[in-house]
Amino acid sequence: MSLTVDHVSKVVGRDTHIHPTTLTLAAGSLNVLLGATLAGKTSLMRLMAGLDKPTTGRILWQGQDVTAKPVQERNVAMVYQQFINYPSLSVYENIASPLKIRGLPKKTIQAKVHEAAELLKLTPMLKRRPLELSGGQQQRCALARALVKEADLVLLDEPLANLDYKLREELRVELPRIFTASGAVFVYTTTEPTEALLLGGNTITLHQGQVTQMGNTLEVYRYPQTLTTAQVFSDPPLNTLSVTKQNQLLKTLKGQVLACPLALQTLPDAPYTLGFRPHHFTLQPSSPHDLAFHTQVTVVELSGSESFIHLKHEEERWVALVGGIHDFPLGSAITLYVAPEQVYCFNEQGKWMSPPSLAQAA
Amino acid sequence: MSTVATSSIAPIKKSRFSRQGIVMTVYLVFLLLPIYWLINMSLKTNEEILSTFSLWPQHLTLDNYIKIFTDPSWYSGYINSITYVVLNTVISITVALPAAYAFSRYRFLGDKHLFFWLLTNRMAPPAVFALPFFQLYSSVGLFDTHIGVALAHCLFNVPLAVWILEGFMSGVPKEIDETAYIDGYSFTRFFTRIFMPLIASGIGVTAFFCFMFSWVELLLARTLTSVAAKPIAATMTRTVSASGMDWGVLAAAGVLTIIPGALVIWFVRNYIAKGFALGRV
Repeated sequence: MSLTVDHVSKVVGRDTHIHPTTLTLAAGSLNVLLGATLAGKTSLMRLMAGLDKPTTGRILWQGQDVTAKPVQERNVAMVYQQFINYPSLSVYENIASPLKIRGLPKKTIQAKVHEAAELLKLTPMLKRRPLELSGGQQQRCALARALVKEADLVLLDEPLANLDYKLREELRVELPRIFTASGAVFVYTTTEPTEALLLGGNTITLHQGQVTQMGNTLEVYRYPQTLTTAQVFSDPPLNTLSVTKQNQLLKTLKGQVLACPLALQTLPDAPYTLGFRPHHFTLQPSSPHDLAFHTQVTVVELSGSESFIHLKHEEERWVALVGGIHDFPLGSAITLYVAPEQVYCFNEQGKWMSPPSLAQAA
Repeated sequence: MSTVATSSIAPIKKSRFSRQGIVMTVYLVFLLLPIYWLINMSLKTNEEILSTFSLWPQHLTLDNYIKIFTDPSWYSGYINSITYVVLNTVISITVALPAAYAFSRYRFLGDKHLFFWLLTNRMAPPAVFALPFFQLYSSVGLFDTHIGVALAHCLFNVPLAVWILEGFMSGVPKEIDETAYIDGYSFTRFFTRIFMPLIASGIGVTAFFCFMFSWVELLLARTLTSVAAKPIAATMTRTVSASGMDWGVLAAAGVLTIIPGALVIWFVRNYIAKGFALGRV
């Protein structure tokens, strides 16, 4: 089953939650909705499920218009960030509930529930109530309920956000494997770029209710078509620098002059925004062509094997992620280097300008 | 080791405990004294009540209770009261459940004003409504009927029930509703199978409050009835004017009037506090 979102928008009162959006999600595909909180991930997901009616546009399943179909009649499964189960039913009854509604024979239900429980390691807890379980077990119960339904569209709304990291890693690997095997359209929202990269599949980046880009996850990461996409898909945040190109020189607002990287020399003279990913900064130049920036340290965070160095460069606040422990004193001046082929360049409208060959290295 | 520890701590604990105990006992005696005295009186004869001061019945008698249970003018009062109170509780909850669900789940024009306005119905003294109800009921034939009193009490109990139930319902995440719809539950099936068990304690507390307010309300119940639906409290006040005062029977009736409330309170004892906070704890 494929899902098409056709010019769908959602307006509540005076707020536009989703700007007109058109997407096609293929059967058996894994789609990650990536965006900050309030970007509209959940709104878009609710429209896909049929929990909310779109203000304009249509939702098509396999080419059939289902916009007016109530959610009960669509074959959807959804898992929320908060662990949502029926507290008054046992874990077994929770998992069996969508099958019971469908009126399947008892034996089939029993077999399916036990299979799902086995897969999600819930077998010993089947007789207990959801609230007697740990958070991770509660979420696995919700996942099992979504799984037994064999839905055509599986929506997971930040399902791992409230779990401890060990369980997240474990489930993050298993979830796509469990669900995509069924041939369902699988949609997964997350606020973390890293999670999107780990899940793979396709990524849809969202920003303020607008889909900024959709495509293969790695491709979106490597070739963000807009500055917004690059910013959404970067953690720690993307570092930016406004420059004006004049002949073969780049001038910053404060008057610093940089040599224009070779690949950007063919661009017309105009103002541009340069973007650098935090991990592309180095403390030592790797070649004489590297761009050099003189910066001031504001905060250093150490994470065992890496250092997050928060910096001030002219008016911009930057973050550099470098390997090893570098405990610079606050306010100390350091010079950072970026290889010219790792510079993203966006024009005034925020459109990607670097030639694609360059971004290969990213 | 452990014995040393307990022996050194025990004396301090003991003296503090007993001081707390004294205060508690005094308080309990203070609270229970009127109730004890009522029970005490109900087991005495009228002569003993009027002639001597005795802390417990000298001549224990159950005649007062026997009289109430055999005399139709007495026991019919209980039947009448219980009939309209139960009717009222059932009507109030049936009406309030969907209303409270709407207030807790949907946003509509003027919802907050309407919700508050409901509560203002409780702010007027019942006496204000006695006259219009009396005239209205007389003209439509609801005067002196159980359903009439039950409906009159809905005026106070429905708003209260809506407020309490809304509090309990808002404590249930909306996502549970949506999960049920996604699973394929129809609204009615979700409401009865999933939702009502979740707020069962809320329904219990609401039932208790409706029961209690309707049970103790006297003014409307007395104004709107004459014979067929006369409540027990009205029966009790009217015996005063009969040949003297029948203290013993009156006390027994009082004891019997307390019992239903005590029974209901027992079932919802764990949720009463939340109910007094209108479900918002």
